[in-house]
Amino acid sequence: MTVGPFCRKRLFAARHQPLALPRRIGIVRAMVRFGDVGLRYGGTGPEVLRDLDFLLEAGTFHWLLGPSGAGKSSLLRLMHLAARPSRGEVEVLGIPLSRARRGALPALRRRIGVVYQDFRLLPHLSVFDNVALPLRVAGRAEAQSRADVTEILRWAGLHAKADSAPAALSGGEQQRVAIARAVVMRPALLVADEPTGNLDVPQARRVLSLLQEMHRMGTTVVVATHAEGLVAEYPAPALRLAEGRLVSHA
Amino acid sequence: MKLRRSRGRDPLGLRRVLSDRLLPALVAAMALLAALTLAGARGAADLAARWEGGAATALTVQLPHGARTDRPLAALAALPEIAEARLADPARLAALLRPWLGEAPALPLPVVIELRLARLPADATALGARIAAAVPGATVEAHGVWVARLLALARSLEAVALAALLLVAGIATAVVAVAVRAGISARREAIAILHALGATDGDIAGRFAQRVALLVGLGALAGTLVAAPVLAGFAGLAAPLLGGAAAGVADPSGAYQFWAGLPWGSLPWAELALLPPAAALIGWLTAQVTLRRWLRRLP
Repeated sequence: MTVGPFCRKRLFAARHQPLALPRRIGIVRAMVRFGDVGLRYGGTGPEVLRDLDFLLEAGTFHWLLGPSGAGKSSLLRLMHLAARPSRGEVEVLGIPLSRARRGALPALRRRIGVVYQDFRLLPHLSVFDNVALPLRVAGRAEAQSRADVTEILRWAGLHAKADSAPAALSGGEQQRVAIARAVVMRPALLVADEPTGNLDVPQARRVLSLLQEMHRMGTTVVVATHAEGLVAEYPAPALRLAEGRLVSHA
Repeated sequence: MKLRRSRGRDPLGLRRVLSDRLLPALVAAMALLAALTLAGARGAADLAARWEGGAATALTVQLPHGARTDRPLAALAALPEIAEARLADPARLAALLRPWLGEAPALPLPVVIELRLARLPADATALGARIAAAVPGATVEAHGVWVARLLALARSLEAVALAALLLVAGIATAVVAVAVRAGISARREAIAILHALGATDGDIAGRFAQRVALLVGLGALAGTLVAAPVLAGFAGLAAPLLGGAAAGVADPSGAYQFWAGLPWGSLPWAELALLPPAAALIGWLTAQVTLRRWLRRLP
């Protein structure tokens, strides 16, 4: 594991207790709820997602499986509020998106962590500043932010790389920076879109172990992948998509 | 490769995409034009104010000393071009001539009738001839017509200068909008990431607007500072027309201090001082509007 017991203890202790259960709205049983959801891009194109009905409970880990083009990324975009459904209702952290004002979405986004296949780190910022970005966007005090970032970088095994440029890191390290950025705000929901797609097997295992650890700490985690080998190594409930439809949820 | 920690001051990397060279240089050039235009408008207004008194009486008619005035006044008042005909006050005439003729002039002073015209004539000479025909023996002085024409020209220049100022402001807005759009294109990915991390439209637009306002304000300040000595030079040239001394004053020791001799005090400092903050405000507003309109396309 990348962190020592002291650090892990700290992560499990009071500071990370709210990871899974948002304090302001109390216990949320349904972390994500889709009701008869359809999604089309541009208003007139074909539906890329159709008739999706499912519920993800708080604190669960789910795989999102399916071949390329099945709609995994589109489904995750709905979950992390990068798109709104064309029909039906998406409810995230107890808030129905159809009734949410656009101005209310930024606050909701701050409670959702996102990890992308291509990392999406800002190349002109150091590792430290990339990870600090969500805290600074939220207007957290700089001293507290520094402490939080230092701790989360230590957790991800990147403390020595804090001042490095992302381009100077390996793919696996960049993905761990992306995970650190996604979890530094202690999100209630963490979604990852093919987080191991660009990594070799050892790096992929390491990234996945971080995601699993977030789940063990209580965060609801959804990971899209088509790496069936990893799914076999980490058995968990899975949403399986095909041609924009949910074909199984088990 | 090591990067210095930014403490979050510039997560969008705007220092690189909104550089401190091109935009401030363009704005400085426009501020220079705006300063010249402002000073031109102010100069035209000062000249107009000075000439206004001269133009109030467009024509004067002189009659020989002791001539009767009731019939000439009636004949002049009957002319359609003349709005008012009145006798010049003899005491005022005596006061005007006192420096040349002394307290009790031995010369017989002519009778002077001042005419105010209903409208400026197309041909002042023809009007003078008609007045001379209506009042036999009168001498007509029509210099006021030309003063009035100069006054109209000065007023037009003032209006044109203000229109040019608006045009400069419009061009500055367009330049800033283009620069901001270029910045958005260069940082589209960073903006999308900040948006996904929960940044509000106001936060993202504010970061752009702050940077643009700083660059535009500094550019305008540089342009204004460059304009000041040029304007002072013009003011020195125009000083005699406005009743002042020509630029350049010889000091008692004989050294010619050109810079010190320029009429710095006559520059429109209040208007010039407003240029940098006004430009910064234009930049801030343009960046805010451009960014917020662009961000509306994100969910």
